[in-house]
Amino acid sequence: MVTIRRMEKLIGYVLLAGVLTSAAIVLFGGALYMWRHGSTPVHYRIFRGEPSDLRSLAGIWKDFTEGSGRGAIQFGLMLLVGIQVIRVALTGVLFLLNRDKVFVVITFLVLAMLSYALFFAGE
Amino acid sequence: MSTALVLILMAIGSFVTGIVGALTGLGGGIILVPMLVLLFDIHMRYAAGASLVAVIATSSGAAAAFLREGYTNLRVGMFLQLTSIGGGILGAFLLTMVPVPVLMTAFGLILLYSGYLSFRRKEGWDEDRPSDPLAVRLRMEGSFPAPGGWQSYKVYRVIPSFLLMGAAGIVSGLLGIGAGAVNVLAMDQVMRLPYKVSTSTSNFMIGITAAASAGIYLHHGYIDPVLAMPVMLGVFGGAVVGAKLLMFLRAKPLRIFFSVVVLIMALEMIYKGLTQW
Repeated sequence: MVTIRRMEKLIGYVLLAGVLTSAAIVLFGGALYMWRHGSTPVHYRIFRGEPSDLRSLAGIWKDFTEGSGRGAIQFGLMLLVGIQVIRVALTGVLFLLNRDKVFVVITFLVLAMLSYALFFAGE
Repeated sequence: MSTALVLILMAIGSFVTGIVGALTGLGGGIILVPMLVLLFDIHMRYAAGASLVAVIATSSGAAAAFLREGYTNLRVGMFLQLTSIGGGILGAFLLTMVPVPVLMTAFGLILLYSGYLSFRRKEGWDEDRPSDPLAVRLRMEGSFPAPGGWQSYKVYRVIPSFLLMGAAGIVSGLLGIGAGAVNVLAMDQVMRLPYKVSTSTSNFMIGITAAASAGIYLHHGYIDPVLAMPVMLGVFGGAVVGAKLLMFLRAKPLRIFFSVVVLIMALEMIYKGLTQW
């Protein structure tokens, strides 16, 4: 039996660890980018859309492992999005441990809708 | 201006956005988007992408602190998240069938009135009545840390706020804005939770709602890493500071601040709606 207070604390710590990791990766990628391209001016007045490698998970992973600064930032951002899924899943598991049936169903419905929107609605 | 200077200024602006977002539970897109578009001359779509990242970062930074300190009502949050996210998905599907400017004006007017009601609300005067029986059955009643120790609160009108969140989710899914405002107002006005519990729980929810749109934004190329970097880091820092501030400040000034931000948001929406009509 996990009390609701302990659940909240646990989710809070997991969230904190996740967001700190993601911020560290974004900072690292940003530093790398500024070091290499810091003197190139950036313009965002006209919308061109991102290059295709920065628009898909596979492309971001490839750029990240090849040591691209922008790839690393984008990877950090995707981690931040992933943490949102993880925290809902963790909440569901904790409700499950509590045998809190109604909230297990509610939380997993939220998880299902979140996953659907995240992975399928964009196609 | 050099790129480094632009990015530093952007991070400072985002830091302020993060503080406001954590204090109000609104996510801060209403400040960030106009700032990026008007001050930094950034295209609306890039600004929208950066704003999505900002909402998720604010929510994560603030919720991490609020959860650990005990302000967030996890059960209420998950329960309302169900219709909020469901409505949001439905809203995105209805996008081509609805006159958006009309809807935006109407939503702005509703926000204007709700902001006024929130401004007037005095906490604690009508809370002798027992909670909604459904709230008791779902064990939604809770307590939060107040200056004099843990203070318990009641939860009213569960079903009306659930339905309101669904309707609001559809509207904010259509407009791409306003989910946070409706979260706070549903909890504050309908469920009659304490202000700090409403904002903290809204902060918990908005990141999950926003994450649902991240796939679409990424796919369409709205999320630019160089732009998102200062925004994400600035907003996260601001959210952590804002969460600490909320714990120290009293509810009354926070409520006034919230009403002012909602007022600005409402006027922005009415103006946008009317000019596109």
